[in-house]
Amino acid sequence: MNIIGRRKIWYLISLVLIVPGVIALFLWKLPFGIDFRGGTLLDIQYSQTTSKEQVQNGLNEAGIKNTNIQESGKDFIIRTGNLDQTGQKNLEEALKKAGEYKQNRLETVGPTVSADLSQKAIIAVILASIAIIIYISIAFRKVPKPASSWRFGVCAVLALIHDLVFVTGAFAILGHFFGFEIDSLFITALLTIMGFSVHDTIVVFDRIRENLRRSPSLDFETNVNNSILQTLNRSLNTSFTVLIVLLALYLLGGQTLKHFMLALLLGIAIGTYSSIFNASPLLVSWQLWSARRMRRAREKVAS
Amino acid sequence: MRRNLWIVFGVIILIAFLASLVSWPTGPDLSIGSFQKALKIHEGLDLQGGVHLVYELDDSKIEKKDKASAQQSVINVIDRRINALGVAEPVIQSAKVGDKDAVIVELPGVTDVNEAISLIGKTAQLKFLEYNAENADSQNLAEQWQETGLSGANLKHADVEFDKNSGEPQVAIQFDGDGSKIFADLTERNLQKPIAIELDKEIISAPTVQTVIENGQAVITGKFTIDEAKKLAIELNAGALKVPINLVEQRTIGATLGSDSVKKSLMAGMVGLVLVALFMIIYYKMPGLLATLALFIYALVVLALFKLIPVTLTLAGIAGFILSVGMAVDANILIFERTKEELASGKTIGLAVEDGFRRAWSSIRDSNFSSLITCVILYYGTTGLVRGFAITLAIGILVSMFTAITVTRTFLRLGIGTALENKLVVK
Repeated sequence: MNIIGRRKIWYLISLVLIVPGVIALFLWKLPFGIDFRGGTLLDIQYSQTTSKEQVQNGLNEAGIKNTNIQESGKDFIIRTGNLDQTGQKNLEEALKKAGEYKQNRLETVGPTVSADLSQKAIIAVILASIAIIIYISIAFRKVPKPASSWRFGVCAVLALIHDLVFVTGAFAILGHFFGFEIDSLFITALLTIMGFSVHDTIVVFDRIRENLRRSPSLDFETNVNNSILQTLNRSLNTSFTVLIVLLALYLLGGQTLKHFMLALLLGIAIGTYSSIFNASPLLVSWQLWSARRMRRAREKVAS
Repeated sequence: MRRNLWIVFGVIILIAFLASLVSWPTGPDLSIGSFQKALKIHEGLDLQGGVHLVYELDDSKIEKKDKASAQQSVINVIDRRINALGVAEPVIQSAKVGDKDAVIVELPGVTDVNEAISLIGKTAQLKFLEYNAENADSQNLAEQWQETGLSGANLKHADVEFDKNSGEPQVAIQFDGDGSKIFADLTERNLQKPIAIELDKEIISAPTVQTVIENGQAVITGKFTIDEAKKLAIELNAGALKVPINLVEQRTIGATLGSDSVKKSLMAGMVGLVLVALFMIIYYKMPGLLATLALFIYALVVLALFKLIPVTLTLAGIAGFILSVGMAVDANILIFERTKEELASGKTIGLAVEDGFRRAWSSIRDSNFSSLITCVILYYGTTGLVRGFAITLAIGILVSMFTAITVTRTFLRLGIGTALENKLVVK
């Protein structure tokens, strides 16, 4: 099987997978929840069937504006701007007009907290990416020429970014059509995906390192292709086992986990794809590109 | 050689036994000599329900060098107030929100958030004010009064008592040495004039000074109910917060939502793990079975560590655990696939197993190390959820390196040279 030879097809598939999400990100932005925007969220369950209109009427009467009501059966999630203690009490009073209810969740996040969270998460992801590049550069420092170790690190991180962009884009689309929200659990999901993606990629890279050393007579492309094929079984089996657990949790797990598990499912699947079809082929493309450049430079000197 | 193998095997069995003892749901508590430790899984608020509050400290008026101690004193005060509430296992810790100091308060099992908030949030800033003659005409009531330097900080003790005449509850206070002196001066200066008692920026009473009080005793009256008087005394005794605090984040998670979610998710997790075990056994046969056994020991050890350290388990923590299970399984899959290749190149079973482990090791090491680095960065760079994720993932990776390598290898090595040998590899 020639995976490397068809690398342009794989790049194209990646583009097809990523572009809709990126467009969605530009068009609709990410559906940030109160963890990031600040605000108040109230998750309640009415004891008898209640319509969205009834709830809305109660809020209107109390003069509570700028609310977003999400309905699923007897469960309602009400989102508003940041409410203080009295504001919360007013809201609770207004909601009682539509019937008795049980409160599942009440969250209020101030603007400083939310800004802090996004900032820290972004910094952590960037730092971790840099650390991964450095670690791979060091761990692969003995990789034989013409390969260079830091390229391995950069390609692993490129594949990683590919995965994160795909999942984020997918959530922009899900947010627009199904009211999904980005909360701090989503950030955890991205981190998990990040960990898995790099882990998966390194296993293939490790094989490339070994093959380059063992069969220096073969050209770079063949060695990389062999490495992918030799680790293919493992990649698929490992991802399969992780996906089984995630799928079980997605289908049978608690309601609070659903979106989180979906993010993980998408991420692990795309992470497997990228570590086979992106990370190593990118390494080859880069290798060939720089070889061409060197040749041209040499020709220039010669002429 | 073979004897050493049995010793390692014995150690593994011992570890598994101890781990299962610790992870057993109704297992015994740890007690070594005078050292005692209750062993239980600490569930995060998202799992068991409760209140999570974040207070930002307004310490802009405090000098830089005193900020840390101001934060600690706020923690102490909140701690004392919560103790009065009788919450089991509250967590009160320092934190930062942006570049501001903050305090995180977690009250498991508490669902009446309002009572908790009102008790914690009461700044209980008690101040004694005197009349400011210059601003007597001011429309603004607050400007008619000026500070005297006497505040709750000068308090030694507060008690509820009842007025001898009316029987109404009131709070008796005793000033400390400095406070008594200031109070004596204050009463002397304002003889036959009112002084105001201000609580949380609200003047609750303004009695007229009848005599000079030198013993540092005073009484706060103000139409209290008994409950209010009690609460005020608690707050005053707990001490005033050195700096004002603002509630910037509040999360209340209903206990049923939490426990429902946990029960379902635990079940789902079990189903997932059983499916993984089935897959491993069907696909990899005998080695798969041994790997499943190793995975079982892995789960026991991780659970035991969660209890021993202890790690507070949250949804994010569970995610970290799942990922680490994936990595533990991955290590075994890597080894088996590698052994298969070595065998195909014509090696004996014994050699193929040894080489399979040896060659797979660099992959396992590099991939797990990069994940550990990520964990360290996440742990130190973030708070809350993400932190819980980093801890469980790191523990999982470290344990999986032990179980996937040592445990599986020992099992396989013991089988080599026996009648089972031919079943030990996948062909």
